[in-house]
Amino acid sequence: MSPVLFELLLRSIWETVLMTGASGLISLVFGLPLGLALVAADRGGIAESLWVNRGLGAIINGFRSVPFIILLVALIPVTRLIVGTSIGTWAAIVPLSIAATPYYARIAEVSLREVDHGLIEAARAMGGNRWTIIREVLVPEALPGIVAGFTVTLVTLVGASAMAGAIGAGGLGDLAIRYGYQRFETSVMVAVVIVLIVLVCGIQWIGDRLVARLDHRG
Amino acid sequence: MNQHVTAGPADPARVEPTEREDVVRLVDLKRRFGATAALDGVSLTVKKGEILGIIGRSGAGKSTLIRCLNGLERPDSGAVFIEGREISRLGERELQPLRRRIGMVFQHFNLLSAKTVEDNVALPLKIEGRPRAERMARAAELLQLVGLSEKAKAYPVSLSGGQKQRVGIARALAAGPALLLSDEATSALDPETTRSILALLKDINSRLGLTILLITHEMEVIRSIADRVAVIDAGRIVEQGAVWQVFANPKSEVTRSLLGGIRPQLPPEIAGRLGADEGAETIVRIDVAGEAARRPLLSELSAGMPGPFRLVHGGIDHVQQQPVGTLFVAFPGANAAHLAAVIAFLKDRGARVEVLGHVAGPV
Repeated sequence: MSPVLFELLLRSIWETVLMTGASGLISLVFGLPLGLALVAADRGGIAESLWVNRGLGAIINGFRSVPFIILLVALIPVTRLIVGTSIGTWAAIVPLSIAATPYYARIAEVSLREVDHGLIEAARAMGGNRWTIIREVLVPEALPGIVAGFTVTLVTLVGASAMAGAIGAGGLGDLAIRYGYQRFETSVMVAVVIVLIVLVCGIQWIGDRLVARLDHRG
Repeated sequence: MNQHVTAGPADPARVEPTEREDVVRLVDLKRRFGATAALDGVSLTVKKGEILGIIGRSGAGKSTLIRCLNGLERPDSGAVFIEGREISRLGERELQPLRRRIGMVFQHFNLLSAKTVEDNVALPLKIEGRPRAERMARAAELLQLVGLSEKAKAYPVSLSGGQKQRVGIARALAAGPALLLSDEATSALDPETTRSILALLKDINSRLGLTILLITHEMEVIRSIADRVAVIDAGRIVEQGAVWQVFANPKSEVTRSLLGGIRPQLPPEIAGRLGADEGAETIVRIDVAGEAARRPLLSELSAGMPGPFRLVHGGIDHVQQQPVGTLFVAFPGANAAHLAAVIAFLKDRGARVEVLGHVAGPV
């Protein structure tokens, strides 16, 4: 591989890490509260409001039904509004985040829903309010699942960011298509695949270690 | 909050002022779930410092009842007074400080798996907004009380069932409650652990003077620690009183059946042969309690009445330091007149007597 191509590979790695990390963080920040809202508003939840639960559910399902490549294009006006441009790595973070947030909200919802109702009742019996229940019971008890779900989301984002090449976002996927596939640079293709494998394994390994450390459920 | 308050405005005719020493007073509590009445007019009081046991079969309404006491469940009608204050109409926000006056212990412990033992115990104080140093000091003190100081930094997953319940009790005591609710606290534990947990509750009751209301389906629990018992069936209190008196003289069928496991019963092989026609032997059940059980009743019977008799089965229990006995006695060849004289003789001496029937041959 030529030094030029190697430099390109390094830049692509950085772009992929940036896209995955930034949109992952944004999906965590917005998806976790969304998941909490879904569970809290559901029947028997700590802030039961079926109207809110159904409404949020419908919006989340709507976003999750649109194929990512369509979302990428459809959101161009929104991206331009937020980032100022619709092209490049930062521009890709907008559609990636918007796709990953509802995805992560559903994963967080599953973990939060599994928290034993008896624990919520114990916190209520102690005189805890909703905020106490969220902070002391729901989130800490669901944390292993919340972290494991975040790991899955990050890995999914690594894959999704490859498509962002379509709007000139760069990244490893873009490099593999333009150099590895279209210009028959097999070495680039192989290098990209190896880097992706290492990246995904690394994320998964860190996630698993973190879950093992957090999980005291036996 | 724990001031004496005169009855709420709901219905002046029905709600009379609460006695100062009543920690809990329930007035005609009703709660329905669909077609079934979980509570069908329950009235009860729990006095300061006593242990009241509520016993019933599963589905009798015990859980609904105990959950009404801290507002986890709302009654459809009726009133719940906690330390003189009516709580059943309070909003969630008003209930929160009140719940801190009430500790609760659960059948399945309900400890937070993500927190250490000391953090679990300190949680009620954290909810109250106390500083960390104070919380940890109080947690250490309570863990000492329940004998688990060395487990302070452990996570609940590493504890046995009995240890988990000790943590649950320590947690329930953390905020210094006026009332401890125990919701089948020993039902998930083995008999030996049950005994140690009950001993701990009794110890806390006598040492701290803490009022305890416990619900259970096991008479053994009632016998071990309760001062008074209330029997609930189909949402109604069918019987209540001092434990030894209810043990000695159960009035309802439910109580008798719940007592069946721990009180002497006529052995089935004899019960199966009982008939109404006069036969070789007459089987009589004699119940004695308190004073009647302290006198030499059988020697008096033997000296005072002619004719033989034979002890078939029975025993004397001690409940709340009171002897409570049930004896099954066979009278061979007794005729009706003789039996009537024997029964009168025993009744004169405070025993309760019931002719169960006759058997054809000796048992």
